[in-house]
Amino acid sequence: MLTKELILEYLEEVKDPEIPAISLVDLGVISDVQIQENQQVLVELTPTFAGCPAIEYMRKNVEEVLHNKGITSTAVINYKKVWSSDFITEKGLKQLQEFGLAKPSKSSDDLLKSLQNVECPKCHSKNTQLLNPFGPTLCRAIHHCYDCKETFEQFKSL
Amino acid sequence: MKPEVLEALKKYLFQLADDELIIGHRNSEWTGLGPILEEDIAFASMAQDEIGHAQAFYLILHELGEQDPDTLAFYRSYKMFKCCHLVEYPIGEYDFSLVRHLLYDVQEMIRLKALSHSKYEPLAHLASKLIREEKYHYMHAVTWFQQLSNGGEEARIRMQNAFDLAYPLAFSLFEISDYHAILEKESFIISEKELENQWIQEIQSIVQKTPIIMPSVEDKTLHYGGRVGKHSEHLEPLVNEMSEVFVIDPTAKW
Repeated sequence: MLTKELILEYLEEVKDPEIPAISLVDLGVISDVQIQENQQVLVELTPTFAGCPAIEYMRKNVEEVLHNKGITSTAVINYKKVWSSDFITEKGLKQLQEFGLAKPSKSSDDLLKSLQNVECPKCHSKNTQLLNPFGPTLCRAIHHCYDCKETFEQFKSL
Repeated sequence: MKPEVLEALKKYLFQLADDELIIGHRNSEWTGLGPILEEDIAFASMAQDEIGHAQAFYLILHELGEQDPDTLAFYRSYKMFKCCHLVEYPIGEYDFSLVRHLLYDVQEMIRLKALSHSKYEPLAHLASKLIREEKYHYMHAVTWFQQLSNGGEEARIRMQNAFDLAYPLAFSLFEISDYHAILEKESFIISEKELENQWIQEIQSIVQKTPIIMPSVEDKTLHYGGRVGKHSEHLEPLVNEMSEVFVIDPTAKW
């Protein structure tokens, strides 16, 4: 008997291709799982940024991983649903930091202030400065740490 | 939905999508050419956002019976586009692109906030999502505009000249067409006039913190036409270039 919990457990295997340390479940991108009467599974994905180029890859990956478990599924992308960085789980935030990314601030915080003195994921100093609110992917900003002299990236608050 | 409302809604969605696609394409032209690396990345990143927004609007159109987003973006004649003249102009020097970015993105923020209360739910939901991304564009535009305008003499003169050029053009964003009134009646949108008034106020409050002088605009309709398919000379070559690869083989799989 398939359950939503079991599907979510299986989907832990599907990682963000741009940040392979974190699963789509912990990223909050898996926004709905439904088990239909005929044991068909429907998975809904909500993209972080509307223009995220990786979302179609992620959608296919969800169907593939479930297929390998012998489950027939349909994964759909919902472009209209709001995604927020607040949806990232505690575990996900930890994984982001281990990957070398500073975590996003709460989305309700003042944007300009929240981008100042972001904690460096390497040395944990807050003696840092925003270099660019835009980074190598849509979801990352670039900062510099004056203590460890490293430039680091932050997962943007959305 | 009544047929005339559906027709009006589609026209408005094309207006939104086409503005985003064309400004996105223009901003992408800075990739590799930005005055500093950080700005190169910023304009490329904002371009990607805007083209993503265009895709999301085209998807609503697709759900309403139009063709798929790629076909709508790359397989229409430039005469079918509903974008305004402001977004069509070439990138020019960085000062022009920056001021255009300010004028455009302040407009987009105001428009999306209004649309987030639209009675047409798909649009209200999408607007709420896109506002979250727009915050970064808004912050980027205002910060750079104010920094450079308050900078040295050369920077101030450049920003003033760019403002004098772009500001009159920007009124094309609020061109009123026949479909707007139909959608206002349905509470799908607020009027272009109201958006324009809010926008002027917001731009004034940003400009006040700089030595830039707002030019007076005598004829706001001077650059109208985009919403009814009458475009500036710059759109046709842009659309031809943008769709060149797609048109070679529309059935190609990527």
